Amino acid sequence: MSGAITDAHADHIEHDDHGPTKGWRRWLYATNHKDIGTMYLLLSLVMFFVGGSMALIIRSELFTPGLQFVDPAFFNQMTTMHALIMVFGAVMPAFVGLANWMIPLMIGAPDMALPRMNNWSFWILPVAFGILASTLFMPGGAPASGWTMYPPLVLQTGDAFPFLIFSVHLMGLSSIMGAINVIVTIINMRAPDMSLLKMPMFVWTWLITAYLLIAVMPVLAGAVTMLLTDQFFGTSFFLAAGGGDPVMFQHIFWFFGHPEVYIMILPAFGVVSEIIPTFSRKPLFGHDSMVYAASSIAFLSFIVWAHHMFTVGMPLTGQMFFMFATMLIAVPTGVKVFNWMATMWRGSMTFETPMLFSLGFLFLFTIGGFSGLMLAIAPADIQYHDSYFVVAHFHYVLVPGSIFALMAAVYYWMPKWTGHFYNESLGKLHFWLSTIFVNVTFFPMHFLGLAGMPRRIPDYSTQFTDFNSIASVGAIGFGLSQLLFVYVVYQCARKKGEVASQAVWDNPRGLEWTVPSPAPYHTFATPPKISSDAAFS
Amino acid sequence: MSDNRQPEPISTKALTLRLLALAVGMFGFGFLLVPIYDVFCEITGFGGKTNAEAVTNISTTADESREISLEFVTTVNQYAPWEFHSELDGMTVHPGGLYEAYFIATNLTDKHKIAQAVPSVAPQQAAAYFKKLDCFCFSNQEFMPGEEKMMPVRFVVDSDLPEYIDTITLSYTFFDTARLTDNSVEMAHPGHSKQ
Amino acid sequence: MIRKLCTGVLLLAASSNALADWAINMPKGITELSAETHQIHMIIFWWCVAIAVVVFGAMIYSLFAHRKSKGAVPATFSHSMTAEVIWTVIPVVILLIMAVPSAELMIKLEDTRDPDLTIVATGYQWKWHYTYQGEDVAYYSTLARNSAAARRRGSGIDPSTVDNYLLDVDNPLVIPQGAKVRLLLTSNDVVHAWWVPDLAIKKDAIPGYMNETWFKAEQTGTFRGQCAELCGMDHGYMPIVVEVLEPAEFQAWLENEKGGATSLAATSGEQK
Repeated sequence: MSGAITDAHADHIEHDDHGPTKGWRRWLYATNHKDIGTMYLLLSLVMFFVGGSMALIIRSELFTPGLQFVDPAFFNQMTTMHALIMVFGAVMPAFVGLANWMIPLMIGAPDMALPRMNNWSFWILPVAFGILASTLFMPGGAPASGWTMYPPLVLQTGDAFPFLIFSVHLMGLSSIMGAINVIVTIINMRAPDMSLLKMPMFVWTWLITAYLLIAVMPVLAGAVTMLLTDQFFGTSFFLAAGGGDPVMFQHIFWFFGHPEVYIMILPAFGVVSEIIPTFSRKPLFGHDSMVYAASSIAFLSFIVWAHHMFTVGMPLTGQMFFMFATMLIAVPTGVKVFNWMATMWRGSMTFETPMLFSLGFLFLFTIGGFSGLMLAIAPADIQYHDSYFVVAHFHYVLVPGSIFALMAAVYYWMPKWTGHFYNESLGKLHFWLSTIFVNVTFFPMHFLGLAGMPRRIPDYSTQFTDFNSIASVGAIGFGLSQLLFVYVVYQCARKKGEVASQAVWDNPRGLEWTVPSPAPYHTFATPPKISSDAAFS
Repeated sequence: MSDNRQPEPISTKALTLRLLALAVGMFGFGFLLVPIYDVFCEITGFGGKTNAEAVTNISTTADESREISLEFVTTVNQYAPWEFHSELDGMTVHPGGLYEAYFIATNLTDKHKIAQAVPSVAPQQAAAYFKKLDCFCFSNQEFMPGEEKMMPVRFVVDSDLPEYIDTITLSYTFFDTARLTDNSVEMAHPGHSKQ
Repeated sequence: MIRKLCTGVLLLAASSNALADWAINMPKGITELSAETHQIHMIIFWWCVAIAVVVFGAMIYSLFAHRKSKGAVPATFSHSMTAEVIWTVIPVVILLIMAVPSAELMIKLEDTRDPDLTIVATGYQWKWHYTYQGEDVAYYSTLARNSAAARRRGSGIDPSTVDNYLLDVDNPLVIPQGAKVRLLLTSNDVVHAWWVPDLAIKKDAIPGYMNETWFKAEQTGTFRGQCAELCGMDHGYMPIVVEVLEPAEFQAWLENEKGGATSLAATSGEQK
């Protein structure tokens, strides 16, 4: 199908009665899944740069020993805010945005099941981040106790404290509503003949992620509520003086925190599982075992939380249990990596930008997986814990992991969203710069951690200088490279690129490629027929 | 619309409500973890916790064949204005025997003060066997200005204490329970203000 | 390929002696258990390298051999029970191989019986306090004066001119060589963590609770570490210095301390 025809079709639909309302009302009152998806993605892009700027403040300060730019108190505020904004503002909303855009298109549904709730779950987020950002200007400054919010330290936060708790509540509320929407959409709105096991991997991983969100976001909300009442209403959940226990907060937090890690990576697995088959021109290897692997990862994520706490003084049996359970996670994760490898094996690969980012993901996420395996070994973890080795580990799984998958997803589906290709050479340049700088930034951190540099310190002993300087240079390079991404997206959104066909890529699988490019405002008003050769098995 | 779709196993409304109920349930579960954790700690001695209320039914026949070295450690939290120490550095006890030890605290201010002592036992495995029949830590302790108090703890080390434990450390941390309203604490943390 | 290069660099670093250097790898340390910790770290590291060679090797081969530009025709297979069983079973076996020595080391790390000396370390915002149990010796250990002067923003002092910048204290923890030291940890305010890489010891100090760990230094010398749990503004400025003396020297030091050389008031409050 040629681009011209699909474009005309799209134009026709846009002038329909059902087209978008004009002006700000379209966005404020948005109920269309594509509009809401777009807003989520834009919010997350903004947050990515806000959180990234904070990372650059951190890295600038750490470029050489001694304090040059900021004071220790502000440094701690930066590390805390960087983490909160990147986790809750950049990575999670970006995946929700992708879910909004793509899940209805991938399962042949006209929209999300609960469009009004969808509107709420998005618009809560800017409010939450407005509140969080405003704490920077409060007496006592922004929260500075790390995103983990361990008491008693977090109780020393200044005026920002209740605002921190409230914004975490709002983020949680938004995530829960988004998750409910995803589940109801997937369960109730699939096209006829699309059985659960025929669903694309991205939809599958999001279904699992959504259940994780509903299971753990309320637990986080409970934990921070307890902090709030400890501070203001005289309870002693975490205060030893009143019979409470500060360690209990760590248990409850990580009961949320570890599944949260998989909330940020499972949809990334889904994205990569869509992209690698397309550019290998071969079906995804072991679709069903991928589903089982993702489910086992989700299940195991609930019984490994205390591996974040090996130094807290747990009984030996507890440490053993959490060590073995954690090591076990390597098995389903390994299955996923091997299955992607087998998908590429004897394929016919091309290397467009989405594929490059997926390959970057595959290699670099695996490096993060290796350090994760090392961290699982409890006696060794006693040395790694709270050192830069951990910083290196989770940045490897989050930046070239989650973020690269997000970049890949945007490049992969953007032609479908806008009807035009992005600039392929600039996309590739963006990939290579990102990949080089992400390694320059985070690889030396392994060495720093092993050599004994603790995390969350504003200044360090002179023997750590070289690797810190290298990491800082890498961070600035990585940050600047992302401006290129903004430019590429902007140009594509302005329809500057080549016109995309309906299929966009070379015979990709999935229902999203059966609607015109750009995807019309309303799609699948009548459910599609799925051919029996099943592009989905 | 729905008739064209997959046969819905459950109506959208019912499913949404169920998922909402799950979320609310998980919020409750977060709070339920608190008593679960406490019970777990009490049973296993996890975190070095000892009994918070007096043990009543315990036999007190000392096992003379076994000696346990008991050490005392005292800490005052947050520079609270107390002088706090144990009468003895430690003592040797027989499992099963009933013993009494004294801790001495002095209110260093000219104000009326309330303190709470929090016990902790190391190694953790010993905590469940360290049974207190009476302890100054069971309730708040009131101090008149400048008052010095001798405070007793009466305890039995259960004769079921595992063989491999030969040293037990009993630690008390003295907390000023007026912490939440006492401004003297905040002075240690510039920039910290509280409602 | 950058990724390949990275793996290459990793391998290169691993194969050279540089890895034994404390600047790039975990120190072997000065206790039996720190050496064992180092060993287990190296074993799991080499397992990772071996898996990386196989997995990345296969992927890189595939990237070059199975590309469209070389006229590769896509196969159509999408399942292989045999392959999937193999790559489920092999990791399980590797994990079992790793689990045994890890568990054994865990058990040794927890064995605090029969100490020669018990020391209580109390974390304060932002310094450490050490009490030698039953010896009437207790003192604070704070960041050394020259580091404290240089660390301020705009101090004008180049950190490289300061000896052991940020890793030096006024009163180090002094312990005898070859003695089993039981370290009890608690905190005065927030959660801290006591970490000395050369001892392979990291343990949280938690207000109201008593944690314990142990070590037996085999070598004399000065060994440095830092607080490892974020504890507020000056978290980066509460280093730990352990000085290991020969037993006779230690006794002399201890006697001298009992005379009150560096001892400040033990646990009572008010001083900052």
